[in-house]
Amino acid sequence: MTFDYAPAPESRAIVDIKGSYGLFVNGEFVDGSGTAFKTVNPATEEVLAEVAEASEADVDAAVRAARRAHSRVWSKMTGAERAKYLYRIARIIQERGREIAVLESIDNGKPIKESRDVDVPTAAAHFFYYAGWADKLEYSGYGTTSLGVAGQVIPWNFPLLMLAWKIAPALAAGNTVVLKPAETTPLTALLFAEICQQADLPPGVVNIVTGAGATGQAIVAHPDVDKVAFTGSTGVGRAIAKTVAGTDKRVTLELGGKAANIVFDDAPIDQAVEGIVNGIFFNQGHVCCAGSRLLVQESVADEVLERLKRRMGTLRVGDPLDKNTDVGAINSPMQLARIKELVEVGEAEGAGRWSAACDLPGQGFWFPPTLFTGVSQAHRIAREEIFGPVLSVLTFRTPTEAVEKANNTPYGLSAGIWTDKGSRILWMADQLRAGVVWANTFNKFDPTSPFGGYKESGYGREGGRHGLEAYLTAGER
Amino acid sequence: MTPTSTTASASSAAAGGFDDVTASESSLRRFLHGLPGVDQVGAEARAASLGTRSIKTTAKAYAIDLAIRMVDLTTLEGQDTPGKVRALASKAMRPDPADPSCPPAAAVCVYPDMVGVAKETLGSSGVNVAAVATAFPSGRAALDIKLADTRDAVEAGADEIDMVIDRGAFLSGRYLQVFEEIVAVREACGPAHLKVIFETGELQTYDNVRRASWLAMMAGGHFIKTSTGKVQPAATLPVTMIMLEAVRDFRAATGQMVGVKPAGGIRSSKDAIKYLVTVNEVAGPDWLDPDWFRFGASTLLNDLLMQRTKMTTGRYSGPDYFTLD
Repeated sequence: MTFDYAPAPESRAIVDIKGSYGLFVNGEFVDGSGTAFKTVNPATEEVLAEVAEASEADVDAAVRAARRAHSRVWSKMTGAERAKYLYRIARIIQERGREIAVLESIDNGKPIKESRDVDVPTAAAHFFYYAGWADKLEYSGYGTTSLGVAGQVIPWNFPLLMLAWKIAPALAAGNTVVLKPAETTPLTALLFAEICQQADLPPGVVNIVTGAGATGQAIVAHPDVDKVAFTGSTGVGRAIAKTVAGTDKRVTLELGGKAANIVFDDAPIDQAVEGIVNGIFFNQGHVCCAGSRLLVQESVADEVLERLKRRMGTLRVGDPLDKNTDVGAINSPMQLARIKELVEVGEAEGAGRWSAACDLPGQGFWFPPTLFTGVSQAHRIAREEIFGPVLSVLTFRTPTEAVEKANNTPYGLSAGIWTDKGSRILWMADQLRAGVVWANTFNKFDPTSPFGGYKESGYGREGGRHGLEAYLTAGER
Repeated sequence: MTPTSTTASASSAAAGGFDDVTASESSLRRFLHGLPGVDQVGAEARAASLGTRSIKTTAKAYAIDLAIRMVDLTTLEGQDTPGKVRALASKAMRPDPADPSCPPAAAVCVYPDMVGVAKETLGSSGVNVAAVATAFPSGRAALDIKLADTRDAVEAGADEIDMVIDRGAFLSGRYLQVFEEIVAVREACGPAHLKVIFETGELQTYDNVRRASWLAMMAGGHFIKTSTGKVQPAATLPVTMIMLEAVRDFRAATGQMVGVKPAGGIRSSKDAIKYLVTVNEVAGPDWLDPDWFRFGASTLLNDLLMQRTKMTTGRYSGPDYFTLD
């Protein structure tokens, strides 16, 4: 007899998904005038709800509501008063944590243990953290005057957490927001709209408009939006930069990445293997700062790979609501197609593909945790962001070579260093052109720590004191 | 980490062809200090994440029965009497008198002077007698006294000897002395199995735990064990995980399996299940057997029985429905 873990599903009963959702404008749910679209559970392909599409006119109404709320209420309120609302929102997120986590896993496909232990607590932590700043803006170093209306467009990989990253600093600094969640994962943003109502947030301070690219474009291009914040692909980021060029809009972009996770021969090997797994298989690899390139010192490459493969054999892929699931569903068929395409390219280019034996469910969108060995800098799978559970393994001989290879990418969002030698960590961190450098850990997020990229990974920082810069000015607006 | 074997004089007890490594103080030190380090934060995070596995229904029933079969039911008190030991031995054979389907424990663990009493009660029941020897728990005695202590317990019928290492020697870097002592005790054990107690609460660092694990495995210990139960902290999940990694790596290097025994501080079924999950996912399912994994515990057994009864009847019974031996 073997120790087979019996199914341990988290109950869905706690969430109440409506048949259809409208837009959240000026504190109320209203119909959208675009063509409604469906959001599906990527683990089962079950249609969850119909969601309104915001047209240009709907976006305009939302921006006007945000403007009104900014000039009449929110920017006039003292920081201490704004903080009360943010604390209240943070506490409601905690109180309704289980409900939010289950909804997030259903709509996104990520395992419940991640939505429960990472997404929801970190989202609440961001509101708590920026609530603390609201009455201390004069110490931020970036001025105390809000910009006005922030137009924010967020991705599908961490729907609620990215919302928190965007909304918490904006509100703390006295801005109002129009936010568009991704079209494949709108449900937790709409639940957040309910939380704003529950917290008695003044109407118009937070507006949630749903839709796809056209809706996002309408927000970004709207003449009365003062600040654009975007997290998503580098392609869309470029288009946004073009749209706002020549205007006085402020922009922050948090885009793609192809992070190097660098393992030296003196690394704590077992923990490094955990860090590699966490770096690329956390959230199915749908992480902009994922450690998608493993750079391992040649002298320990075989040992690390052997241990990594054994560890990958214990990953549990399947039902996102099962509390023992480690890797959930790929968020959408489009993303699955993109992953498959790049994996085929990797094989065609001669890299060695390996994945542990695992049974994938028959329904839904799935991809097994996979690694490629024998990858060189010239391979597309070493250069392009796959945004899925696919690791490219490269080797190096010396610290200098590790730095060269790590930096030899158009991106620069994050990097990881694994070594027992403290001085080498400091030297490497100094050389690496990446916004975040983790030492002997990976994919750790904290609201006090700024996050953002170099080069094609975008500009601007989110989180920490630095995250306020994007939402404050010293002058008059 | 590949064994560098093939020089002539093999020490009779040493395992796996590590003669080159254990040939001198300096080679042994080089080897132990060359083992990959352990990052404390990462190791504890991994153990904590294994602790979040949700083990329900059939899996829980399997785990509870397995855990009962792995218990070394222990009494190590100055106040132990033949009566107390006989009662404990009876309990080990029939943990739940009301339910004949309940499996027996693995062993009864006592001081050497109580081995005869325990053996007499247990007879051929299949439940082993384990004796703590070598000047347990401090290990502060001359080697010949430790060996005499061991032989005495074996002659009285002990099937398993739980020895303590000399932590003073280990912490001052005299690894070869610790190694040779384990080899000597293993010889004195004769047919009895040897468990080597590190007292991880005194070794303090995970690097030390990993080094002690390799030292004991190379010296021929059949089991490596965390603690005496007399020092806090006793067994913890991260420490046990580090030891499970060591036995896993030792098998990969030599083909030989070594058992692991966390002892002290594991009191609830919930905790025991976390350990079994860790065994399953770190060392592998081969270790999910009383031959390769044990719990050193006294109060754990009753909690396992309570949970077992709850699984079958759907109700929790009060503590008075379980024997207090």
